[in-house]
Amino acid sequence: MSINWFKYSSPTTFYPLAGKMIPFFGWLTALLTIGGLYWGFFETPDTLSDQKEYYRIIYIHVGAAWMSMWLYIMMAAWALAGLVFQTRLSYMIASAIAPTGAIATFLALWTGAFWGKTSWGTWWDWDPRMTSELILLFLYMGYMALQSAIDDPRRADRAAALLALVGLVCVPIIFWSINCPNPNECAALHQTSKPGGGNMDPNILIAMLVVALAFWMYSFVAVLMRVRNIILERERHTTWVNEMLEDKQ
Amino acid sequence: MRDLTLAMRRRTDVLTTLFFFIIVVSLFPLGAGTEKMILMKIAPGVAWVAALLASMLALERLFASDFADGTLEQMLLTPQPIFILVLGKVFAHWLLTGLPLVFIAPLVGLQYYLPDEAVSTMMLALLIGTPILSLVGAIGAALTLGLRGGGILLSLLILPLYIPIMVYGAGVVSASATGTTDLQAYFSILSGFLILALVLSPIATAAALRISVE
Repeated sequence: MSINWFKYSSPTTFYPLAGKMIPFFGWLTALLTIGGLYWGFFETPDTLSDQKEYYRIIYIHVGAAWMSMWLYIMMAAWALAGLVFQTRLSYMIASAIAPTGAIATFLALWTGAFWGKTSWGTWWDWDPRMTSELILLFLYMGYMALQSAIDDPRRADRAAALLALVGLVCVPIIFWSINCPNPNECAALHQTSKPGGGNMDPNILIAMLVVALAFWMYSFVAVLMRVRNIILERERHTTWVNEMLEDKQ
Repeated sequence: MRDLTLAMRRRTDVLTTLFFFIIVVSLFPLGAGTEKMILMKIAPGVAWVAALLASMLALERLFASDFADGTLEQMLLTPQPIFILVLGKVFAHWLLTGLPLVFIAPLVGLQYYLPDEAVSTMMLALLIGTPILSLVGAIGAALTLGLRGGGILLSLLILPLYIPIMVYGAGVVSASATGTTDLQAYFSILSGFLILALVLSPIATAAALRISVE
C-alpha cells in the first residue's frame, strides 16, 4: 500500500481537514483548561514553600513559557519543511505560529512580572531566564516584521523561513551566553533549578501540567484557525475558494 | 577589490561610520556623568554597543548599490559559487568598518580611563569580534535587500543575534580592566564564534541573496 504523504500538503485539502480538527482541539482546550484550573484552585494547598495564594500564577506562567519556546521550534521546523519541500502550506503554518508564539512569550513575561513583583518585590530582574524570554520575543517580532515588510508572499515566506532557521541556530548560543557571561566560571552547562524547586506538591504539578497541555491544545486551535484565514487570503483567486464561498452564501 | 576601490572613491562613507562610533562613545560620559569609576565600569559595554551600531549602519549599503544597478544579479549568474562572492564582500565591509574601529579603540580607552592592558584586550576582542558582526549582519542585509524601511528592519533582525558577541566581547574587557589575567576562555569562545560564523554565514547569506534577487 502506498501512502500519499503529501495529500494534505496542499491548501485545498488541508483547509477542510483543519476545519475538522479545530472543534476537536477546541473541546480539548476547554476541558483541560477547566479541569486544570479547577484542580489548581481547589485541590492544591494554599501555599508553595513561602509563597501564599499568589503562587497560583504559576499555572499560566509556566505553560506560557513552555509554549513560547516550543512554538519557536515548531515555527522553525515548518519553515525548514517549506524550504526543503517547497510546499506553500508549510510556510503558511510557520507564519501562523508566529503570532501565537509571540503572545505566549509576552504572556510569560507579563505574568512573570506580576509574580516577580509579589514574590521578589521587583517587576524585572536581569535574570538569565527572563532575559532569554525577552530575546525570544525580539526574535518573534523580527520574524513577523520581515514577513510583513515584503510584499511578494513567495519572497516573504522564504526570507522569513531563512530568518527563523538562522534564529534557531543562534538561540542556543544566545541563551548560553546570557546564562554564562563569564566562561571561567561555568564548566557545566546544566540548569541548577528544576521547575518549582523540586519539592513541589504533586497536586500543583498536576494542575500545572494540565494547564500547560491546555495551552498546547489552544495553540493548535489558534494556529489552525489562522492558517485557514491565511489560506483564504492567499488563495482567494482560485476556483475552489470561490466555489466554497458561493456555496456558503 | 572592486568594493575597496569604490569605497576609496567615496571616502566619507568610511569616515562617517568611524565618526559615528566616536560620537556615540563620547555621548555616554556626557549623559552618564564623568565620574571615573562609573566610566571605567561602563566602558566595555559602551564601546561594544557603539561598535554594533556602527557596523550595522554600514550594513545597509553592503549589497544595496549593487542590487540597485543590477550588478548583483550579474554576479549571481557567474559560475563561481555565491559564498565566495559573499565572503569577498563581507571582507571588504569588515576592512572598511570593523578594522578602523580596532585602531580607534585606544581613544575609547583614553576617554574612559581604561588601564593599558584593558585597551589592548579591547583591541584584540574587537579584532576577533567585528568580523563576526559583518558576517552575521550580511545575512540580514541580504534578507532586507530592497525593502522599504530596510535599515530599521535590519536592526530589528540582527541586533538580537549580536548579543553573544557583545556579552563576551565586553566581558573580556571588563575582566581585564579588573585585573583578571585568565582571559583565554573568552578569546577561545570568541574565536569559536568567528569560525562558526565564517562557515555558516556565507551559506545563509547566499541563500538569502537568491531569495531576494529572483
